[in-house]
Amino acid sequence: MLRKTFDHEIQQAKDDMLVLGSMVEQAIVESVEALKKRDLQASEKILAGDRAINKKRFSIESQLMVLIATQQPMAHDLRLLASILEIISELERMGDYAKGIGNINIRMGNEPLLKPLIDVPRMAQKGADMLHRALTAFVNEDVQTARRIPVEDDEVDALYNQVYRELMTFVINDPTTIERANWLLWTAHNLERFADRVTNICERTVFVATGELTEINDTDSEFWKQK
Amino acid sequence: MQPAIRLQSAATRNASLERDQTLKMSTEALCVLYHDFRAISDVNLPIYAQKITAIIGPSGCGKSTLIRALNRMNDLVHGSRAEGQVYLDGKPLYENNVDVVDVRRRIGMVFQRPNPFPKSIYDNVAYGPRLHGLRRRRDLDDLVEQSLQKAALWGEVKDKLHQSGLSLSGGQQQRLCIARAIAVQPEVILMDEPAAALDPISTLRIEELMHDIVKEYTIVIVTHNMQQAARVSDFTAMMMIDDHRAGSVIEFDATNTIFTNPRDKRTEDYVTGRFG
Repeated sequence: MLRKTFDHEIQQAKDDMLVLGSMVEQAIVESVEALKKRDLQASEKILAGDRAINKKRFSIESQLMVLIATQQPMAHDLRLLASILEIISELERMGDYAKGIGNINIRMGNEPLLKPLIDVPRMAQKGADMLHRALTAFVNEDVQTARRIPVEDDEVDALYNQVYRELMTFVINDPTTIERANWLLWTAHNLERFADRVTNICERTVFVATGELTEINDTDSEFWKQK
Repeated sequence: MQPAIRLQSAATRNASLERDQTLKMSTEALCVLYHDFRAISDVNLPIYAQKITAIIGPSGCGKSTLIRALNRMNDLVHGSRAEGQVYLDGKPLYENNVDVVDVRRRIGMVFQRPNPFPKSIYDNVAYGPRLHGLRRRRDLDDLVEQSLQKAALWGEVKDKLHQSGLSLSGGQQQRLCIARAIAVQPEVILMDEPAAALDPISTLRIEELMHDIVKEYTIVIVTHNMQQAARVSDFTAMMMIDDHRAGSVIEFDATNTIFTNPRDKRTEDYVTGRFG
């Protein structure tokens, strides 16, 4: 076997990317869970977790740099390593959305939630689930699945739309709720963006497998179309 | 839905490539035989003007045979013969009435090991032009200077033109050989692993030099160094041997495509180091 070391290191990079992915997946679900329960300590843990995510991302990045410099990858190898580089930076930003939700909870202090959270945790679950399957499709180079997942983003957009309308009714009935409504709207917006970024990961799967750089669907528009 | 940007899309890409390029040379069903042994078989290769075409492939796949067939150097090998045709500016080279010496003036060659003549630097460069009848000292002086300039060697040797070419370093000797090839004002320069015997800095010098001179010449380079092919060339031809051990071109495309998204699985395996 000519390239045992190289293949081993590529596998290592994929494994590390999956580890980073599961850190992010967990962070987004837990950040919403903490908000739902108004558990400030749990949110502090999310912030610490985000620092670990950033660190992990840098460590994978430098490992990939060494690999590119020493192995000079070509063709499929090159597309794969370039895509992992792209995906880890997506994951890092997705981690920031969890951190953002953690910060919202902390900044709310002792104020109660405007309403019990129902759709917002659904958005988080859905996003985390999409992310999990997108990363699995990436390592398996499963183009079919990768093309299907972004369609599910419409469900997240629909939930976002629902949350938005619901919060607006609160604000219209009682304008003093505007700040508390805003906290939740920001949360929902973070989750909507989170799911959008899953699409970018799916696009990388198509790229690695086929060499095609393409946008799978126009993810930002659904929410605005419904306005 | 945005239109897809394809790194490959070979068919459309090749069509547009061909539209944008001027063909300088081409081979048509070219085969080269050494006695009964078919070294290369059915090679159809376009060589575009003012571009660098790299020929890559594992050892023994016929790269050197192919490049030597382009200026009829294989004629010098006992027992070799060519079938098919090579065209230069649309004119066939393998014809009885073709002046082989003129073919080799129009299509120069640089080899793997620098091989300057055991003569002065000046005479190395002036050798070809003299052979072709240039006699006036001033014209020769100008031509030697121009050629050494183009070969990025003038600055290093202008004060020692009458020292032996063999006194130079390996990298300088190779640039001297390029100056010697340029001096007869060729249209095409064939390079058979021109940097294989050189250190990394000399290698980069040769590559820079190729970039500089390709504005005036058409270059074909055989190389074992994937990164070199990727760095210097505009087009790449991938060669492989078939079941009868005859080499042929299995894929030809823009270099960017060959090294990011080749069509043929064998090219992919070769450029990613899975064999070869």
